Amino acid sequence: MRSLPSPSGHFSEKTELTRAEVREFLRLETQRGSFVPKCDTWLSGFSPEFSQKLGARGWIGMTWPKRYGGHERSALERYAVIEELLAAGAPVAGHWIADRQTGPLLLRYGTEEQREHFLPRIAKGQCYFAIGLSEPNAGSDLAAIHTRATKVDGGWIVNGSKTWTSGAHHAHYMITLCRTSPFNPEKRHEGMSQLLVNLSAPGVTIRPILLTTGEHHFNEVFFEDVFVPENRLVGQEGNGWRQGMTELAYERSGPERFLSTFPLLEELANRIRQSKDKQQMVQVSKLVSRLWTLRHMSIGIAHMLEKGETPDVAAALVKEMGTKFEQQVAEIARLLIPSSPSLDSSNRLDQLLAQAILHAPGFTLRGGTTEILRGIVAKGVVGK
Amino acid sequence: MAKILIQSTTKIMRDVCTKELVNDAENGVWAKELWEVLAESGMLTVAVPEEMGGTGGSWADAYQILRLAGKFSAPIPLAETFMGNWLLADLGVDATNEPLAILVNHLEPFQFRKGQEGWIVCGAATSVPWGRNAAKLLVLGESESGSVLGVMSPEAVRITSGRNLAGEPRDTVEVQDAIIPESFVFKVDPGKVHERLLFTGALCRTVMMAGALERILELSVSYSKERTQFGQPIHRFQAVQHHLATLAGEAAAADTAAQSAVDAIEKETAKASISMAKIRLNEAAGIMAPVAHQVHGAIGFTHEHILHQSTRRVLSWREEWGTETEWGEKLAEQLFDLGDNELWSFLTW
Repeated sequence: MRSLPSPSGHFSEKTELTRAEVREFLRLETQRGSFVPKCDTWLSGFSPEFSQKLGARGWIGMTWPKRYGGHERSALERYAVIEELLAAGAPVAGHWIADRQTGPLLLRYGTEEQREHFLPRIAKGQCYFAIGLSEPNAGSDLAAIHTRATKVDGGWIVNGSKTWTSGAHHAHYMITLCRTSPFNPEKRHEGMSQLLVNLSAPGVTIRPILLTTGEHHFNEVFFEDVFVPENRLVGQEGNGWRQGMTELAYERSGPERFLSTFPLLEELANRIRQSKDKQQMVQVSKLVSRLWTLRHMSIGIAHMLEKGETPDVAAALVKEMGTKFEQQVAEIARLLIPSSPSLDSSNRLDQLLAQAILHAPGFTLRGGTTEILRGIVAKGVVGK
Repeated sequence: MAKILIQSTTKIMRDVCTKELVNDAENGVWAKELWEVLAESGMLTVAVPEEMGGTGGSWADAYQILRLAGKFSAPIPLAETFMGNWLLADLGVDATNEPLAILVNHLEPFQFRKGQEGWIVCGAATSVPWGRNAAKLLVLGESESGSVLGVMSPEAVRITSGRNLAGEPRDTVEVQDAIIPESFVFKVDPGKVHERLLFTGALCRTVMMAGALERILELSVSYSKERTQFGQPIHRFQAVQHHLATLAGEAAAADTAAQSAVDAIEKETAKASISMAKIRLNEAAGIMAPVAHQVHGAIGFTHEHILHQSTRRVLSWREEWGTETEWGEKLAEQLFDLGDNELWSFLTW
């Protein structure tokens, strides 16, 4: 049986100092009214001004080398910073993908030129990325992608489309997984490559796919003879699948997989504290115990990532349990305090509850559906 | 020390604590050999300093041993003996290798009164783990001059056998005018002792449950690989995979929660951590036991199969030293004490 993450030790004193700094920064920003805490802000809290403020503070690209605009801090220090931002419901959607996925991907597989070109701008909170994996007929079965890049003089010509692309309408670039060799049914995962596609290039069309709420976060992105210069291939031609999978390990293990509804939980506790209803607080205490445990599991994975291990099974597990927890918070909150959830309510609990309930279906889908993740976990523990 | 301890305890448990031994214990046979092997290896007095007759080592070491005892369904009062030895160590009494039981009655405390040959003790306690097997009884009670803890031998007590869902002894122990010599009675702060027993007891059950839940996962995984249906091992079926994923997730969460609570023992956060861990472990037990039985099909529901030794234990232990509701109330008190928007700092404390 494969071993699952063992819990963390603790954060260092230095990390706790950084945490305190972030907390103070967030307190001042909230006071100043530069943002209103919301649920699920890593998807829906887009604010270039806020991203740039974080960049100026050195809280984007924290672990990257200084020569690429990074700050050479530890992965755990970064963890503390991002969990503070999420718990506070701060608007981090702009730079989120670039900081979480693109940066590490380019550091691992990118060329020197790519790193020098992109990383400093990402770290300043000025350059945003979208994930180009899903396609209309390839969601969980990524090997079924059809987007194709054909080699031409000086680069590639890309044709095809991507879907469910969060934030593509704000992003400057997309890391696009495409076929660079013909599909071989025997070797479905081969012949794919990752290209850095400039989303303002001619031939790129971005169409909104609105959420059930009418909010605009998802997009469908079409590529019609889009030229991508040679130097925008990430890593090795044909190695795109493996690179994409590495990307997913970063995507699944972080605190964004259990903190999307934390602002609601915090407000729920505030309200019950006022009403002094002990039985209601007992219900909250169960959620708190779940959250405490998930957080320690996730920190355990952060320790593993710091040591250079790839905790894919453990990451899938935290994602699966964490996203269910996020949904649970909304369900229990609505049962504990009678309310009329509404996105435009002036009552804070009603509003947070509405955000949580309406965004909840997405929690267990994005980054791999619960069912696919359970398959990964089961295969991991069976050890086959 | 931890690594060697784990290795040698695992070996002892594998070799001695067999399925038959656990079944026999349920039929009233005292697991003498297991107890003696552990005693010889110094496992019963861990976290008591050597100068007090203990083995030394840390509380974390002791909890590692307990976790393994839970994993192998060890039918002995290891937790109770640890707790007893730690209480005694605080009072300056040397550690013992004999099985211990702790007698407490919150509603009608044991009464101690001065007699000619020492103290005379009266009272009764229910659900005493392994009461019938204890060689020494630690009795917490009241006297005219305040709260006291007496250490007595079990000759003068009446025991009515009882058991928990797992068939482990949970006895009623009645003490009628038993005499304890002066030198075996100690003044104590009752609040402190009660609190210590409660938190330590909960943490003991927590780590034991984490061990048992790990066993339940292991049994389920190996069964799903061995058992074939419709021409293939059942772990190939998506429905079974989802069950295995649930088990793996809960077991990992259980382990993390238990270990995090142990890590916090000597910190200010200990009480909150133990409360949260017991709640989470209880929850995990309730989720895992039925799923593991579902994976095993009918065979897992038989006495023949070993699964029930672990599932019945976790279902018993989740009630012992506090249910989710009881610990939820304790945690709720701490949550009420926070200011607005301080839940996050409480969690990251």
